[in-house]
Amino acid sequence: MDYAKLWFFFWAVLWTGYFALDGFDLGVGFSGWLAAESEDERRSVFSSIGPFWDGNEVWLVTAGGATFAAFPPVYAGLFSWLYPALLLILFALIARGVALEFRGKVQSAAWKTFWERTAAVSSFAAALLFGVAFGNIFRGLEIGPAGYAGTFFGLLNPYALLTGLLFCALFFFHGQLWLAYKTQGAPAVRAAGLAAKAWYPLLLIFIAFAWASYPGTGLSANFVARKTLLLLPAAFAASALAAKLLLARGKPGPAFMASFAGIVFFSLTGFAGIYPALLPSRIAPEFALTLYNSASSPYTLKLMTAVVLVFLPAVIIYQAWVYRLFRAPLQPEELKNSGLY
Amino acid sequence: MDTIFLSRLQFAVTAMFHFLFVPLTLGLGWLTAWFETRYALSGDAKYLSITRFWGKLFLINFALGVVTGLTMEFQFGMNWAEYAKYVGDIFGAPLAIEATVAFFLESTFIGVWVFGWGRLSRKAHAGAMWIVAFATNMSALWILLANGWMQRPVGYVLRNGRAEMVDFKALLLNPYGWIEFFHTVAAGWVIAGFFVMGVSAWHLLRRNQEDLFKRSFGAGAVFALASSLLLAVVGDMSAVNAAKNQPAKFAAMESVWETRASAPYTLLVFPSLKGDGNAVEAWKVPYALSLMAFHSPTAEVKGLNDIAPQDRPPVLPVFLSFRAMVAFGGLFILLSGLSAWLWHKDALLDHPRFLKLMLYAIPLPYIAIQLGWIVTELGRQPWVVYGLMRTAEGVSRTITPAQVLLSLGGFSLFYTALGIVDFWLLAKYARKGMEA
Repeated sequence: MDYAKLWFFFWAVLWTGYFALDGFDLGVGFSGWLAAESEDERRSVFSSIGPFWDGNEVWLVTAGGATFAAFPPVYAGLFSWLYPALLLILFALIARGVALEFRGKVQSAAWKTFWERTAAVSSFAAALLFGVAFGNIFRGLEIGPAGYAGTFFGLLNPYALLTGLLFCALFFFHGQLWLAYKTQGAPAVRAAGLAAKAWYPLLLIFIAFAWASYPGTGLSANFVARKTLLLLPAAFAASALAAKLLLARGKPGPAFMASFAGIVFFSLTGFAGIYPALLPSRIAPEFALTLYNSASSPYTLKLMTAVVLVFLPAVIIYQAWVYRLFRAPLQPEELKNSGLY
Repeated sequence: MDTIFLSRLQFAVTAMFHFLFVPLTLGLGWLTAWFETRYALSGDAKYLSITRFWGKLFLINFALGVVTGLTMEFQFGMNWAEYAKYVGDIFGAPLAIEATVAFFLESTFIGVWVFGWGRLSRKAHAGAMWIVAFATNMSALWILLANGWMQRPVGYVLRNGRAEMVDFKALLLNPYGWIEFFHTVAAGWVIAGFFVMGVSAWHLLRRNQEDLFKRSFGAGAVFALASSLLLAVVGDMSAVNAAKNQPAKFAAMESVWETRASAPYTLLVFPSLKGDGNAVEAWKVPYALSLMAFHSPTAEVKGLNDIAPQDRPPVLPVFLSFRAMVAFGGLFILLSGLSAWLWHKDALLDHPRFLKLMLYAIPLPYIAIQLGWIVTELGRQPWVVYGLMRTAEGVSRTITPAQVLLSLGGFSLFYTALGIVDFWLLAKYARKGMEA
C-alpha cells in the first residue's frame, strides 16, 4: 500500500469537500443580497446558512492540518511562499465569520447593513483568492532549484485571475441554488432566476478556463496520457447541465445537489491534472513538490490514515444528519427562538 | 527589526488574542450544558431562561475564538515554514487530529444548538451543548499535546533531515502535554466561573431577577472553587514538571542563579536588569525551593549560572509572570471559596461590596492565564522545540521583515476592532438580563 498516494487522494478529498460545502456559504455571503429585498428576506437568506457554515469551514481547517501532517513541505511552501495571498484569505475568512455572527446581534438597520456589506466583500474576496491560489497551483508555481522565485504580483497573472473568476461564478451559481432550495417565497424565486441567468456566463468562463488550461499549464498532460481521466471533466459538464435542467423544471433541491456534484468533479479534475505534484513547478518538473518528495514518513501516514478512515466517515454521517435536521427552511418563529439571528 | 523578532511578536499577539476567547468557551460550555440539563430533566422554565442567557454569551464569545483560531493554524506555515518542514511529520499529526475529531464536532453541533430549539427534544438539545462542551475541551487536549511536544519532544527520531514520528503512544501519553492540558482547561473553567459570578453580581447589585442570578452565581462559585483547587494541584505538578524537564525555564521562573542542594525559597526577589543575578534577595525559607521543585527537601536545583547564556530564557518577564500567576491562583481559591460560602448561606445580597468585588474580579483570571502562557512560551526560549530546534532556526526564509511588519500591523488593527466590538456585544447582552 502506497500511503503517499492514498494521502494525495485524501488531500484532494478534503479540499474538494471544502469547496463543495463552503462554496455555497461564500456564494450566499457575496451574492445572497441580490435575492433579498426586505430585512425579513435578508434575514432568511443569512439564516439559511446559519446552522452550516461553521461546520463547513472546518473542512478547510482539516485540509490545512492534513497538509501539515501528511505533506509538511507543501504546507510550509504554500503558506510562506504565498504569504500576502494567504494573509488576505485569512482576513477575508475572519471578516466573513464575524460578519455572519454579528449581523443579527443588534437591531439596527445601519449595523445590519454594515455587516451584510462586510460579509459580501469578504466572501467575494475569499472565493476569488482561493481561485487565484489554485489557479497558480494548476499553472505551476515559480519553484526553482533554490526554492520559490516568484513574487506576489506574479500571482496575479491572467490565468490565475481567470480561475479566480471561475471560482466566483461557480460559488455564485451554487449559492443561488442553495437559496432557491432553502428559502421560501420571493427570495427563492429570485434566487432561481439568478442561478438560471448565471449559467451561461459560468459556461463561458469554464470554456475559457479549459481552453487556457490546455496548452498553458501542466494540467492537461495527465488527461492526454490517461483518457479515462476525462470522465472527471465530463462528469462536471454533465452535472452542470443537470443543474440547469433540474432548475428549469422547478426542482431547486436536486439542482443544488447537481451543482454540488459539479464542484466535486471540477475540483477532482484539477487534482487529477496536477498529480503526482501537490505544488507543480513551472520552471521544471523536477523542482515540483510531489507526493514522492514531500510526504511524511510511512509511520505518520499510516497513523493519519487510521484517523481519517475512522473519523471522517463519522463527520460525514453527523454532518449529513444536521443537513437532514434542517432540511425544512427555518421558520420566522424558530429564528426568533434562536434569539440571535 | 528582523523577521524572527517580528514573527515571534506576531505569534504572541495573535495567540494571546485568541486566548482571550478560548478559555471562557472551555468552561462556559460545561456550565450552560449543566443548566440546560436541569431544564431538560425538570422542565423548570427558570433553567430555560438561565440556559438561554449564558448560551448567548457563550456564542458571542465563541465566534471570535473560532475565527482567530484560523490564524494560529495558518501561521505555522506562513511564518515558521522551516519549523513546519522540520517537525511536521510529528507535530502536524495532533493538529490534524484535533480538526478531525474535535473541531468538526464542536463547529457542527454549535449550529444544531443555536437553531435546533424547535427541532430536537429537550434532552437531545441539551445533548448538543454537552457535545460542544466536550469537543471544545477535546480540542484543547490535542492542541496541548502538540504544545507539550514542543516543550518535551518525545516519540521521534532524526531521520531524512527532519524529526520523524516513531512512537505515537509516547506523543499521546506525554505527561508534559497532559499536565498542560489540565492546567489550561482548569484555568479556563476558573475564568468561566468568575465570569458567571461577576455578571450575576452586577445583576444582584441591581436586584434584577434575584432568584435566577443567585442560582447562576452559585453554580459559578462551586465550579470556580473546584476548578481553582484543581488548578493549584495541577499548577504544582507543572512546576515540578518544568524543574525536571526544563531546568532553564524553572530557574528563570524562580530567578535562581546558583545551583545548590537543599535550596531555600526566597520570598522577596528581583532579578537585576542586566540579567546576571538578583538585585534583591531577602527572606529565605530553608529547603522550600527543593521541596517545591522536586518534592524533596535536599534535592539539587539548577541555577542559571550553570546554563550557558545563549540557552537561557529572558529571566525578568518569566519570573514576574510566574510570581503574579501564582499569587492570582491563591486569590482565586480565596474568592471562590468565599463566594461559595456566601451563596450557601444565602447571604450574597447582604454583601454588596463583595458582589462589587466579584464584578471587578472578572478580568483577573484572564490576566493570570495570559501570564501563564508567558511563563510557558517565553520560558521555553531560545528553543522552539526544547533542546531540539532553536526558535531562530524555525522562521520562514522567503518572507521579508516588511511583509511581517505589514501583517503584524494588519492583525493589530483588525483584532483591536474585532475585540472592541465583541466585548461591547458581550457587555450589551450581559446587561440585558434574562428573558422571563
